Amino acid sequence: MALLADATTLLGKELRTEFRSRELLTTTVVFILVVVVLFSFTFDPSTSESRRFGPGLLWLSFLFAASLMLQPCFLREQNNDTLSALRLSVRDPFSIFLAKLSANTLFLLLTEVLMLPIFAILYNVHILSVFPQLVLVLFLGSLGVAIPGTAFSAISAQARMRELMLPLLLLPLLTPVLIASTEATGALLEVNPALRADWLGFLLGFDLVFLTALWLFGEYLLEE
Amino acid sequence: MLKSALKATILFALIAVTAYLAFYYAPIEKSMGVIQKIFYLHISCAFSAFVAFGTCFYANLRYVFTRAPKSDWLAVSAAEVGLAFISVVLITGPIWAHPVWGIWWTWDARLTLTFVLGLLYVSYLLLRSMIEEPDKRALFSALFGIFAFLDVPLVYFSIRWWRTQHPQPVILGGPGSGLEPRMRVSYLLMWGALTGLLILLLSARYKLEALRASVDDLRREAEVR
Amino acid sequence: MTTPGFFPTGIRFENIDKRYGGLYALRRVSLEVRAGECVAFAGRNGSGKTTLLRIAARLVRTSAGTVKFVASASETADSGARIGFVAHATMVYDELTAEENLLLFAKLQGIAGHAARAATLLEEVGLSERRGSLVRTFSRGMRQRVAIARALLNEPSVLLLDEPATGLDPEGITWLANTLRRMRDAGRTILMSLHGESEISALATRAVRLDAGAVVADTQAGASLHSIVTFAGA
Repeated sequence: MALLADATTLLGKELRTEFRSRELLTTTVVFILVVVVLFSFTFDPSTSESRRFGPGLLWLSFLFAASLMLQPCFLREQNNDTLSALRLSVRDPFSIFLAKLSANTLFLLLTEVLMLPIFAILYNVHILSVFPQLVLVLFLGSLGVAIPGTAFSAISAQARMRELMLPLLLLPLLTPVLIASTEATGALLEVNPALRADWLGFLLGFDLVFLTALWLFGEYLLEE
Repeated sequence: MLKSALKATILFALIAVTAYLAFYYAPIEKSMGVIQKIFYLHISCAFSAFVAFGTCFYANLRYVFTRAPKSDWLAVSAAEVGLAFISVVLITGPIWAHPVWGIWWTWDARLTLTFVLGLLYVSYLLLRSMIEEPDKRALFSALFGIFAFLDVPLVYFSIRWWRTQHPQPVILGGPGSGLEPRMRVSYLLMWGALTGLLILLLSARYKLEALRASVDDLRREAEVR
Repeated sequence: MTTPGFFPTGIRFENIDKRYGGLYALRRVSLEVRAGECVAFAGRNGSGKTTLLRIAARLVRTSAGTVKFVASASETADSGARIGFVAHATMVYDELTAEENLLLFAKLQGIAGHAARAATLLEEVGLSERRGSLVRTFSRGMRQRVAIARALLNEPSVLLLDEPATGLDPEGITWLANTLRRMRDAGRTILMSLHGESEISALATRAVRLDAGAVVADTQAGASLHSIVTFAGA
């Protein structure tokens, strides 16, 4: 219970600081927008072509955006050594990760949902009828990005060239998320949309594996 | 020094013998022809690579719980040796695939897994080079290594499920199933020889890392004085 | 300021080694700090003061040796020992207000009546009027006051301070000295690293000098105490 209470308190802190400055959200939205627009020049974005390539490019842009967005997650805590203050205060160090990965998932999901209508218009695909299902896929996928992403942002914060290190560590590991999310999104954008329970189950499995790993090894990630 | 030279000589002889056996003793495969000979090296190297990465994972876990520098030395040695073997796999794979399937590369589950695995351990070594302080380097790379290894089955299954929905070339006669006896002997010997090579490389690299660590310690101490 | 549940607590360092790579930051440090002592650590930069304090706070893991908290009643007070820590960095968020910072950490530490506690401390450090301002807008001295307030939230039985006077103006130093004196007189244990002599070093009941990670002098009050603190500051 202390875990959840602490995590909630910390999540409040994360949300408050972000919504006060909105630095991460605005830059990420603009970044994804730029990528999605640039991608449209690489093929003819007609409805049928977009169905083939759209989901993949959408998820690729989300992944790249995430690897940038997760960058300051732990770096910020180094500025004033606030990470030490957190470590001294919380009863379970996992609450720090729980709060951060919830915040990151939320930020990712928010930017993705904002991007969906723009994507639909630019690429001539219909999303209105399957919007809730799409959000479910986005949620499970973003969780899959945010869990290892939060862990690795603690790792890359310790390294030189950290801006490059995080994508290098994170992106190969996210291969399964990219495949599963792209397939699930693609199935929803088909002429006869289908909710692919198998891929959603796979994403859920991925999320659980890394959440467990984070729970087991999180406290070591916070060591100095 | 002499002992390791002797070991290396014996191993070299063993590899030479198995190579001879693979080429002249084992019969030529019916459908694939002479190119199938590469299979002995390819599969054995893949096996050694996976054993090396498994060792790396074990050493990573051990480091996190014991903080013994030795575990860190083992981890970095295993990762590097594993990458060497996986490079051979990634080079021999297309050489084998091209005459047989007519293409250099296919996004088959095993191939892709090998590729992604290679990428993950390249990242692992890069990360190590980006953290100066030895204890930090050991701890954080170990934690990354643990996460990376957990990803292996997930990558494999995601690609397998993904690929089953798309057309892909049929892999002729899955290796291992009903091997001709002379082929089996050659394969087992090659497998043994390359496992020997794995152990030799691993122990040599481990000794090098131990030396490197003590040199590093001495240099740091000298800098303070 | 004493609250029920406050146990006078001592600290026992046993054969502490801390290596960074092959370099020793601390080498075989053994030190027994009795409950209620006020220990000043002196020594050059890099002598191991900061590392020792961070080890005591359990932020840094030792390479060898152990730290034990010894409460008057029992030796097994490890988890019960309440620690307050003031580091070089402020350990508070620039992008939150002073009040938000204190509320956040009070909540995380599970302090009953955290709102009242935060208000009391803001009053005490003289920041009541600026409670709603972002810490980013504060002067260095004001930030240090917030940092000290944060460390006092849980009414610690052991207070660890790493050069606490950093950035404080003379008025602030007097305020800090008074606060620490009250805490010391209430029987709380204080370990602080200091740079040179000041009103704060005068509070020490014991001085320990570190050099290259080892204890080279250890004096219980008196004239020699002063010489250790001042000498090290030079």
